[in-house]
Amino acid sequence: MLAFIIRRLAQSVLVMLFVALIAFVIFRYVGDPIASMVGVETRLEDQEIMRDRLGLNDPAVIQFLRFVGNAMQGEFGISYRLQQPVTELILSRLPATIELAFASAMIALVFGVVLGVFTALKPKSLLSGAVMSASLIGVSLPTFLIGIGLIYIFSVELGWLPSFGRGEVVDLGWWRTGLLTETGLKSLILPAITLSLFQLTLIMRLVRAEMLEVLRTEYIRFARARGLTQRAINFGHALKNTLVPVITITGLQLGSVIAFAIVTETVFQWPGVGSLFITSVQVVDVPVMAAYLMFIALVFVLINLVVDILYFVVDPRLRVDGGSSGK
Amino acid sequence: MTEPLLSVRGLTVEFPTRHGILTAVEDIDLDIMPGEVLGMVGESGAGKSMTGNAIIGLIEPPGRIARGEVLLKGQRIDNLPPDEMRAIRGRRIGMIFQDPLTSLNPLYRISDQLVETIRTHLPLSRDAALKRAIGLLDDVGIPDAARRIDDYPHQFSGGMRQRVVIALALCAEPDLVIADEPTTALDVSVQAQIIEVMKQLCAERGAAILLVTHDMGVIAETADRVAVMYAGRIAEIGPVRDVIKHAMHPYTAGLMGAIPRLGENLDRLSQIPGAMPRLSAIPQGCAFNPRCPRVMDRCRVDRPGLLEPVPGRRVACWLYPEEAQA
Ligand SMILES: Nc1ncnc2c1ncn2[C@@H]1O[C@H](COP(=O)(O)OP(=O)(O)O)[C@@H](O)[C@H]1O
Ligand code: SF4
Ligand SMILES: [Mg+2]
Repeated sequence: MLAFIIRRLAQSVLVMLFVALIAFVIFRYVGDPIASMVGVETRLEDQEIMRDRLGLNDPAVIQFLRFVGNAMQGEFGISYRLQQPVTELILSRLPATIELAFASAMIALVFGVVLGVFTALKPKSLLSGAVMSASLIGVSLPTFLIGIGLIYIFSVELGWLPSFGRGEVVDLGWWRTGLLTETGLKSLILPAITLSLFQLTLIMRLVRAEMLEVLRTEYIRFARARGLTQRAINFGHALKNTLVPVITITGLQLGSVIAFAIVTETVFQWPGVGSLFITSVQVVDVPVMAAYLMFIALVFVLINLVVDILYFVVDPRLRVDGGSSGK
Repeated sequence: MTEPLLSVRGLTVEFPTRHGILTAVEDIDLDIMPGEVLGMVGESGAGKSMTGNAIIGLIEPPGRIARGEVLLKGQRIDNLPPDEMRAIRGRRIGMIFQDPLTSLNPLYRISDQLVETIRTHLPLSRDAALKRAIGLLDDVGIPDAARRIDDYPHQFSGGMRQRVVIALALCAEPDLVIADEPTTALDVSVQAQIIEVMKQLCAERGAAILLVTHDMGVIAETADRVAVMYAGRIAEIGPVRDVIKHAMHPYTAGLMGAIPRLGENLDRLSQIPGAMPRLSAIPQGCAFNPRCPRVMDRCRVDRPGLLEPVPGRRVACWLYPEEAQA
């Protein structure tokens, strides 16, 4: 178990280093950092002095190591556009994105698993057919269209829910949450649904396929032959085995939820890191772009790690040293 | 004579397919007495598993019991509502499948699978059920049962897993155990032990066994009577010793390898030429007629019923005319 975790940690570090290299290349070679920092009227000699002082004339390897060192301390430089430390900027936007992603993931997981199980257990019912057809639409419609459609129905036509922004937020000192106010919660509904739909259909189809597969196995037949109740078989034996592979995929999806939030945040003008990234790209705010890249990579790597460990905990076959006596 | 524990009467299982209705087993008639071991042999696809599944009510749709009855101690069980049939499975009829490697849920501890099954059928507390589970593992010959019970299936060898499966099938003390090729997937070296354990435990509990296997040796040693199946029907059924010594049906005789063919050395054992027909191509008349060394004209037209030409022995073959019935 420990060896496994150490091995996975080492892999994660390698991945992060690779992403750091890409981020560094963007950071250092897309545009000219000095030109972005200073006005055009600064004399060339002064620019040269700054260049030296910032170490931009050092060998690339040294610069890269410095970049990694700074990154590890959460240091990504100053945003060209907002003249604020990038890390501070991202951290201030993070709660909005995390709350949105978490709400979406919960919606996707709960409805995905419930609908997946339902359509697997009652494949012939009319409702299952309807759900399956709807899910096809769900995966094929682009996120922004769904978002705009929802805005049109629930904001413009019905006027029930706000179409943009985060509503009122409560500052907890280290975290600005929208979950404690009515407008905050109302504002969360449409973007969360929009962001969840794709993952929801994915999880649902996965759960359904897995569940159908599991229901055909010998151990389910043997469970039936032992006279276990339908309930114990479907929601105990079958569901547990279904969820093992689903955990992996779903966990990994959480990463994409955060990454995909870019589109949803833009459609709903949600003040998260995704919309920060989009505006940064528009004005070539390179430090923010590089930091965002590192951030998303870190999210994926961390989620991967947690998922692997979780998988390990759930499936006894992977625990070689688990149990009392392995023979 | 006592009442049979299980009676199967005219059991017919059909599968509707795109190309018409396939009859997987047809007109199965058999009785199993309390505590009796009935062997069942036949080539792969003869309908042995289908018969067992029909008895325990586990035919996979779209398959269905089209005709016939299954009676357990005189009570019909083939038409029970699903929940009543479920209560019979495991409680009054236990089942052992072929492959112990896939019969156990890999994510559940042995203890959980046993306790869950015991408590589904018997009003016991968790502790009492666990105690009973450990006792069962002891009985089926798992060393150090109290310690091994919390292990997962993958921590046991194939033979040990089949012992666990036997414990699971017996944990609510059923009157009948259907064992569908319980040793086919196992290493030859442990097959005899598994059969022995199963037979002994059932004997101690007075449980009857329907033992499906294609090992005539096992049948000869274990079973009281044997049913020989061919193309979805019973070809012959009778006491094991009689059937082995004096096979009546030409197919049984072929299985025993005892039919001398013309021009062949008499003590050379022969195989039966040809193969069992597919369900969609069962010939008219006797299903065995294209392969039968003693085929007659009538065999190609009329299908022989299962008759009793000698008391205690029944055979479906025109060689034994109805007049010979006892
Ligand atoms: N789902 C199914 N649909 C159609 N035919 C089936 C199905 N399952 C089994 N059969 C057929 O039923 C017959 C009996 O099968 P089975 O009872 O498993 O044979 P055995 O156990 O004697 O080897 C076989 O010919 C098989 O092809
Ligand atoms: S009925 Fe005819 S074909 Fe069939 S086994 Fe008897 S002799 Fe052979
Ligand atoms: Mg079979």
